[in-house]
Amino acid sequence: MGTQSYSIFKAALLVFSLALFAACSSTEDVDDQQSAGGESDTGSSAQTSGTSEPPPLTAEEIAMQEALRTTIFYFDFDIAEFKAEDRDTLTYHARDLAGNPDRRIRLEGHADERGTREYNLALGERRANGILNYLIVNGASRAQIEVVSYGEERPAETGTNETAYAANRRVEIVGR
Amino acid sequence: MKTHRSLLAIILLAVNAAAYAQLSIQITQGVDNPIPIAVVPFQTAGIGFGAEDVARVVANDLEQVGEFRALERENLLSMPSEQSEVFFRDWQVMAQDYLLVGKVTGTPGSQLVQVQYEFFDVNRELLLAGEILSGSISQLRDIGHEISNIVYEQVTGIRGAFTTQILYVVAEQGPGGNASFRLEKADYDGRRPQVLLRSQEPIMSPNWSPGAQEVAYVSFETDLPRIYTQNIATGQRRQITNYPGINSSPVYSPDGNMLAMVLSKDGSPDIYVQDLRSNELIRVTDHPAIDTEPSWTPDGRSIVFMSDRTGQPQIYQIEIGASSFDVERLTYDCFQCAKARFLPDGNNLVHVRRETRQSPTYQIAIINIETLRVITLTDTSLDESPSLAPNGSMIMYATKYQGRGVLDAVSIDGLVKFRLPSAQGDVREPAWSPFLN
Repeated sequence: MGTQSYSIFKAALLVFSLALFAACSSTEDVDDQQSAGGESDTGSSAQTSGTSEPPPLTAEEIAMQEALRTTIFYFDFDIAEFKAEDRDTLTYHARDLAGNPDRRIRLEGHADERGTREYNLALGERRANGILNYLIVNGASRAQIEVVSYGEERPAETGTNETAYAANRRVEIVGR
Repeated sequence: MKTHRSLLAIILLAVNAAAYAQLSIQITQGVDNPIPIAVVPFQTAGIGFGAEDVARVVANDLEQVGEFRALERENLLSMPSEQSEVFFRDWQVMAQDYLLVGKVTGTPGSQLVQVQYEFFDVNRELLLAGEILSGSISQLRDIGHEISNIVYEQVTGIRGAFTTQILYVVAEQGPGGNASFRLEKADYDGRRPQVLLRSQEPIMSPNWSPGAQEVAYVSFETDLPRIYTQNIATGQRRQITNYPGINSSPVYSPDGNMLAMVLSKDGSPDIYVQDLRSNELIRVTDHPAIDTEPSWTPDGRSIVFMSDRTGQPQIYQIEIGASSFDVERLTYDCFQCAKARFLPDGNNLVHVRRETRQSPTYQIAIINIETLRVITLTDTSLDESPSLAPNGSMIMYATKYQGRGVLDAVSIDGLVKFRLPSAQGDVREPAWSPFLN
C-alpha cells in the first residue's frame, strides 16, 4: 500500500480513519495498518470507535502528540517573547526532550526584513533564546538544544507586506 | 574652480547607449544646474572596432555623480583630438565650461594602447590637465575611469572615486524554495561583477580591509554564522571565529590590524575587538541588551555601535579599553537609530533612522552630533546598510524597488541619487572600497 512512504502524520491519519471504518468491519485491517505504519498507534485513539485492542492513549498523550506537531512559533513585530498561547505547546516539547535525553533539536530564530540586518540577526537569537530558556526551565537539557539565528536572511515568505512579515517572524524547532 | 568646489562632487552615470540599457546606472535625481562639459569622442588609431569607448566611459562617470552634464554628441560642432585643433570660441558659443579631448593609439601586433587626453577650461582658455596613459586594450575602461578622476578633481577639488569598487551580497530564490547566495565585487557603477564566494547558506556583512587586499564577512556555510577573511586576489580564506552563538558584523580597524565584531558567546550580543596578528580578543561592551553594528571612529580609538539597552535601537560610543559603564549615547531624537558610522570629520554620523514608532519606515540620514542637526537623505521606506564612498561624496545603500533588493546611491547633500543595475536576485549590503591606487 506504500504506507511506509507516508509521513507518520499521514499514516496516523490513515490508521485513524481505518480504525473508524473497522468499527463496522473486521479488525484485521487495523492490525495490518498498524504494523505497516510503525509506531503509529497514535491513530487508534479508538475510544471513539470502541475498539479496546491497543492500549488507548490518554488525553494527555494525545495532547502531547498534537503539540509536538507544532514546530513553528510566530512572534509579534519587534517582540522577542513568544506568544502566551504557545506556552502549553512548548511545555510539551520540553517534556518530550526531558523524556528522551538522546533527542537533539535546533532552534532557528528569524525576523522580518524591517530594521537593520545585524539587529534582526540579534532579534532572531533573542526570540530563540526565549524558547530555549523556557524549554530548559521545563525539563529539557541545554545539551539537547542548539540555537541559531538567521535574522532576516531566510524568509519563509518573500514580499513586503504584513502577511509575509508575520510568517517570517518565527522560531522553528528542527530535529537534528 | 572655487565656485565649483563649493558644489559637492557627485554625479553618476547616465544611460545613453542602448547597448548598456540593461546594465547602466539610472540617475533618479540630479542637481538643477549641472556643469556643462563637452567630452569629444577620442580619435582612435590602430585598435579594433568594438573596443571600449573611452569618452563614453568618462561622460557616463561624470553625469552619474549628478553634478555634470555632458554635451550630446550630435551637438558637437567639431571633433578636436588635441590642443592644436581646439578653438575655444566654438565651445564658448556652445556654453560649455569644460572640454575633454583625446586619442587612443594601438600598437600593431600587440594589446598595448596609449591614451592621450587633454582637459581644458573653456572660459579661461586654459589647459588644466593632460597626459598619456598606457595599458592593455582590455584596460580601456579603467583608463576612462582614471581620466574621470582627474577631470572631477580638477573641477571640484575633491578626489574622484571612479576607479573604486563595491562588494555586495546577492540572494536568489531557486526552484523548490532553495536560496543561493553570492558575495560579489564590481566596479563602483556595478559593471564587471565577479563572484568571490558562492554558498547555499546566507552570506552577510562584507567589509573591506583598509588596503583593499582582503574582505571580511559572515558566512553560514557550517550552518552557523562565523566570521571569515578572504584574500581578494588569491581567494585564500581564513576562519576567524568559532564561538557559540552569533559571530557577526566584522569591521576592520583603520590600520587594518584589528577586527571589531559581535559575539553572543557570553549570553547576549556584545562588541569585541580581535587582534588579527595575535588573535587576542578584547571585550568592548558588556550589557544584557543587544549591542551590535560596530564601526570605528576615524582615529581608531573608539567604537560606535547600536544598542537596544533603553528598549529601542540607539547609537552609542565607547572607547576601547574603557569601562563598559563608560558609554556615551549619541542619538536621542529618533524612535530607532542604527548602523552608524562617522564621516571622516568625526562629527557627522551616517545612520539608518526610523523616526517614529507609528511609521515603520527606515531611511538613510546624517546627524551632526555637535549641533544635532539631522539631514534625511532618502525617501524610500526600507533603506539600510549605508556605505560611504572613499572621497566622502556619496553613500551607497540597499533598498527595495518593485519588491526586489537593489543598490542605490545618494550624494551626502541628498541632491543626487542613482540606482545601480542588477540583473537578477536580491542585491544587498553594499560596501564601498577604499581608494585602490
